[in-house]
Amino acid sequence: MITLSHYLGLGALLFCLSVVGIFLNRKNVIILLMSIELMLLSVNMNFVAFSYFLGDGAGQIFVFFILTVAAAEAAIGLAILVVLFRNRSTINVADLDELKG
Amino acid sequence: MTFELFIFYLFAAIMVFAAMRVITVTNPVYAAMFLVLTFFTAAGIWMLLEAEFLAITLVLVYVGAVMVLFLFVVMMLDVNVVPLREGFVQYLPMGILVGVVMFIEIVFLITQRYFRSENFPAPARASADTSNTEALGRLLYGEYLFQFEIAAIILLVAIVAAIALTLRRRPDTKYQKPGQQVQVTKEDRLRIVSMESSKR
Repeated sequence: MITLSHYLGLGALLFCLSVVGIFLNRKNVIILLMSIELMLLSVNMNFVAFSYFLGDGAGQIFVFFILTVAAAEAAIGLAILVVLFRNRSTINVADLDELKG
Repeated sequence: MTFELFIFYLFAAIMVFAAMRVITVTNPVYAAMFLVLTFFTAAGIWMLLEAEFLAITLVLVYVGAVMVLFLFVVMMLDVNVVPLREGFVQYLPMGILVGVVMFIEIVFLITQRYFRSENFPAPARASADTSNTEALGRLLYGEYLFQFEIAAIILLVAIVAAIALTLRRRPDTKYQKPGQQVQVTKEDRLRIVSMESSKR
């Protein structure tokens, strides 16, 4: 029998993996964006699991809105990335030091 | 072990493996592909949770749209991945330490009495003719209609922002000006001269 703890544990593991991903790929903006997507997915997993085990549809509605916002965020983030690459010819975070005081 | 549990463990293993490859693989194209695999298996796990509409939406929206956008950008940018990898080994111990500590903390939290499995007994499986889409639709267009409209506005703002950010006006490119083309009159283009007809 699959219990709530199984899903919560899976969500926690996924979330921690994406945090490690942000640590490891701190120079690469594309992988950073992918790690954020993974984080949102793990949170969505928890929402869906709670929605099922509590018998409340509001959790799934919340996932729906998170998906909407994540799609918007990915679109704008990638647009910023394209403009960044066009202006600086790099997406290395270490090279983006224009605002350094 | 029931068949459901077997399916869950299989999907969870694939998902964790794919997520691990997303953050460790060198080539961003492969990372995007493994992210697609992660979303697919997540959709499978959501099917186990009777969230069929969201599972299909995840595949359609994420795999169909967002990941294609990711792949598009990754392939469009000519990225040299070697300098992006420096510091990977250097930050590896710290990252793993933070990840493990965080995971232990979360597990400690979810194994406490409030989130124990005894407090959340698994509900009976819904019958085959119940529609998850219909239930979600009733909620979305009833109780959460206002939030739904706001979500639509967020998407509109995202479209405008993405287009406005990436739109590039090149001064040396020749454009047609439709407004001026429409406003042109006969006198601007045509000159009528009166002249004698020639004799043979």
